Amino acid sequence: MDQLPAVARVFAYLSLLTIGGGMAAFPEMKNLVVDVHHWMTFPQLIHLYSVGQLAPGPNMMMVAALGERISGLPGAFIAAAAFFIPTGILTFVVGKVWDKLKNWPWRTSIQLGLAPVAVGLAVAGTISLGKGAIQDWITAGLALIVFFATLKTKINPALLILGGAVVGAIALRV
Amino acid sequence: MSTAPVVPAPTSKKASVLDIFVTFLIIGATSFGGGVVAYLRSALVTKKQWLDDSNFLELMSISNTLPGLNATNMSILAGNRLRGWSGALVAMLGMCLPGFAFMTAAGVLYGARGDNPLITAALKGVAAAAVGLIAATWYQLGRKSVRDAFDAFVILIAVLAIVEFKLSVPIVLLGVGAIGIFHHRPGAAKTHTIGEGKWISSLQ
Repeated sequence: MDQLPAVARVFAYLSLLTIGGGMAAFPEMKNLVVDVHHWMTFPQLIHLYSVGQLAPGPNMMMVAALGERISGLPGAFIAAAAFFIPTGILTFVVGKVWDKLKNWPWRTSIQLGLAPVAVGLAVAGTISLGKGAIQDWITAGLALIVFFATLKTKINPALLILGGAVVGAIALRV
Repeated sequence: MSTAPVVPAPTSKKASVLDIFVTFLIIGATSFGGGVVAYLRSALVTKKQWLDDSNFLELMSISNTLPGLNATNMSILAGNRLRGWSGALVAMLGMCLPGFAFMTAAGVLYGARGDNPLITAALKGVAAAAVGLIAATWYQLGRKSVRDAFDAFVILIAVLAIVEFKLSVPIVLLGVGAIGIFHHRPGAAKTHTIGEGKWISSLQ
């Protein structure tokens, strides 16, 4: 329970980093959740993050699972509220004044300027996740197969993730 | 010859708060495997005809410029267009509730059974598959977004700053972002149109 204010701070802060998608916030999430607050281990964070790929709706709803692990049900509520409400209010306000911003010349500059930064942050996030998740030839092979299957076929990504679970259960038991 | 009456541009059809909530709840519960934006477009533009494609793209471009996920940003913007703040609120709630219930249950189950060897093994497989999936998504988007050497340079600098030099994300976002924005400052040589900047749109 005494962790709730810290949960609110951490997830509200992380939400501000999600430019272009949730992956951008991953390195900072690992730093705060694992290294600074010691709420869980890096493998645990990776497990919950990965299960989040199976959830319907916004792909960063995994913050609810992190909150639940840290402080039970109140933690889940606080983490999700802190992650989604501040940026939600910002979006609402900007949506209201959008007509005035429409012809603001810097708007295009911001959009074009941030696009490659967002890609860079997401690639860095993926590398950070990969360093924890790829541990041997089997996990490396699995990641490569899913990578090419996603690029070359129209298969539903959720099925690929479930396939990973089956392969893992069979081949990765210690 | 009679002139045609001036027809105002089609505005959003009236939608009740309950209707908005239910529509977004269904999207929130059925949009598996990422790409919520595609589900949103199909529901809001094609099925319900609450928005037309140009409205949808306009909201998308607001959503992309702001922090926050496209799934929730788009829910708020579309809900607001349809019914003001109450529409925005119920749209966001509908979008989030199913995933919230799913992930909270996942957290509880993980706490109870996460150390089971079979579950741990399955989760290792899930994590490896997730890396492949996320890398593929960003490979596709990255290829579209590298429009010139400057963009490639910005991506490289951002990756190195975080992975090699362990700089924190906000510092990189502000520092490298400022360079990118300055490069595309108003009045600088216009080499791209904003339309090409829509690459983020397939993300949530």
